[in-house]
Amino acid sequence: MLKVDDLHTEFDTPDGIVYAVNGVSFEVRPGEFVGVVGESGSGKSVTMMSLLRLIPMPPGRVVSGSAKFDDDDLLAMDQGDLRTVRGGKIGFIFQDPMTSLNPVLSIGHQITEPLKLHLRCDRKTANETAANLLTMVGLPDAKQRLKSYPHELSGGMRQRVMIAIALACSPQLLIADEPTTALDVTVQAQIIEIVRNLRDQLGTAMIWITHDLGVIAGLADRVIVMYGGAIVEEARVADLYQRPQHPYTQGLLRSIPRLDQKGSTLESITGTPPSLYAAPTGCTFAPRCPHAFDRCLREVPVSIAVGDDHRVACWYDTDAEAPRDV
Amino acid sequence: MSDPSVATAVAPNREGDALVSVTDLEKHFPIMKGVFRRQVGAVRAVDGISFDIYRGETLGLVGESGSGKSTAGRTVLRLEKPTNGSILFEGRDLATLSNSELRKLRPRMQMVFQNPHSSLNPRMTVASIIGEPIVEHRSLTKQERRTRIGELLELVGLDPSHANRYPHEFSGGQRQRIGIARAIALDPDFIVCDEPVSALDVSIQAQVVNLLERVQDELGLAYLFISHDMSMVRHIADRVAVMYLGRIVELAPVDQLYESPKHPYTRALHSAVPVPDPVVEGQRMRVILSGDIPSPANPPSGCPFHTRCPVARDRCSVDVPESREIEPGHVVACHFADEPGW
Repeated sequence: MLKVDDLHTEFDTPDGIVYAVNGVSFEVRPGEFVGVVGESGSGKSVTMMSLLRLIPMPPGRVVSGSAKFDDDDLLAMDQGDLRTVRGGKIGFIFQDPMTSLNPVLSIGHQITEPLKLHLRCDRKTANETAANLLTMVGLPDAKQRLKSYPHELSGGMRQRVMIAIALACSPQLLIADEPTTALDVTVQAQIIEIVRNLRDQLGTAMIWITHDLGVIAGLADRVIVMYGGAIVEEARVADLYQRPQHPYTQGLLRSIPRLDQKGSTLESITGTPPSLYAAPTGCTFAPRCPHAFDRCLREVPVSIAVGDDHRVACWYDTDAEAPRDV
Repeated sequence: MSDPSVATAVAPNREGDALVSVTDLEKHFPIMKGVFRRQVGAVRAVDGISFDIYRGETLGLVGESGSGKSTAGRTVLRLEKPTNGSILFEGRDLATLSNSELRKLRPRMQMVFQNPHSSLNPRMTVASIIGEPIVEHRSLTKQERRTRIGELLELVGLDPSHANRYPHEFSGGQRQRIGIARAIALDPDFIVCDEPVSALDVSIQAQVVNLLERVQDELGLAYLFISHDMSMVRHIADRVAVMYLGRIVELAPVDQLYESPKHPYTRALHSAVPVPDPVVEGQRMRVILSGDIPSPANPPSGCPFHTRCPVARDRCSVDVPESREIEPGHVVACHFADEPGW
């Protein structure tokens, strides 16, 4: 349904060009729930923003690549067509529910806006649909709530409103960028429960961006791990957590404490994430990688299939404990 | 390569006196209104909490935002003046000490802040940031001070030759190391760590936590480790207190609190924390709380948790539950904590 191919995005900064996304390719199938994991600066948000051309240009620029949504290339279509996609066929939920709602417009206004625009609803139907949407995301007194303004709602309620807006036009794909990061755990659990139910009811395909390997473990069908502006590993959720192949994924899983286990020492990944001020000439993880060898510094790793639906971009085979033969 | 930190946690020395002993601590912030700025109410940020911290142990303090955990940490160090209650530090009550007496005790108790970007002065070099407490409280020569700063930097895993750089030249994790070096510069006995790793990237958090554990072992420090991350607290703490709306609802040794939590809020928190394992996630029981944490300016009557509690009964909205010790060292504030399973 969505097929992204060799996406490159750069930013001009006073200190030079930042190579934020370096050759990202992936696809999302209809009804599929894809988790995208990465730390800050790994390029996960920039990738998704690039798809919908939400990157501020300048200083940003999508240098090359294509993003086919059904049969249209999102990166090549004109602004008018793109507008029917954004908010219509593809919904977007942003991280911060405090700043992504307009403070001077009522909740009702903000939910009905896409309905009127994309579905050409009249005011009455739009209001009814909006109230139904709010009920669906678990806001009580939906009719009353339509008249509220964002400041009257708590963080969790605002994020529900954001989800309602994103779902308003029954999109085929919903992209959620760290939708629960700004929320408390008990509220996060509420939102996750809502998303789980909606997904079962509506069958919408989803991309859920997060830095928390825990959140998507119970949600996603497939997980993409990003590091230094590239995809380092992608696999079905069970495979990724049980048989991680990339040294970064392995290190990450070992370095987080678990609620259900009393661990001894946490194994940490040494060093710091890469700065991306130069186009990568090798593996961006190599300086922190316990298995790095000379090829890792010379050649950018290609994506290698290591199993059913399981791909890894690494020159080293951690199972065989030897460099890969490719 | 992982940090060579020692895995064994220091067992709290229960026979000896507590290093820090907090009793019925309250911190209320007044709400002023009108032309004459009359007080019309109070935000009851910390509303009567009691706990002890023993030498060399880590007490975890967990809670959601607005639970009062940070205010509790700041009040324990008397960075905020408590409204009521006492904070005994080796038997001396910090709540009533004069500023000059307090100042003499300051080197013994320190703080590591959440945000390593705003808690270091951008115009000071690393050497002067770490050296400032030494200048204030110790009389060392310039040369001795420089040596000490070098030692401290090495201890926290930074290159001593970077002492003359400025904070912006370091990454978040490195800055947090500088904050830790500053906190241990005067050889304290007690450090309040207020969400020390929450602002850091996942792959960096483990580095800093391992450092905190290593430093604790080497210097015999006691920590009050404030965090919203239940998994991290399980890893680092010896005992854990759970806060909700300014009160401690449950306090227990770490394994008891995580294996057999008694308070409904603790159970809900547990089930809300996702586990990075799809198999476990698929099988877990979920307790989903409704609503949000109420405002501490207008807390509910009776048990503060009764508005969201899945097992609340009539009594809960009337009577405030007392903290009861239901097993040795396991304190719960719930009327029905000893009723089995729900």
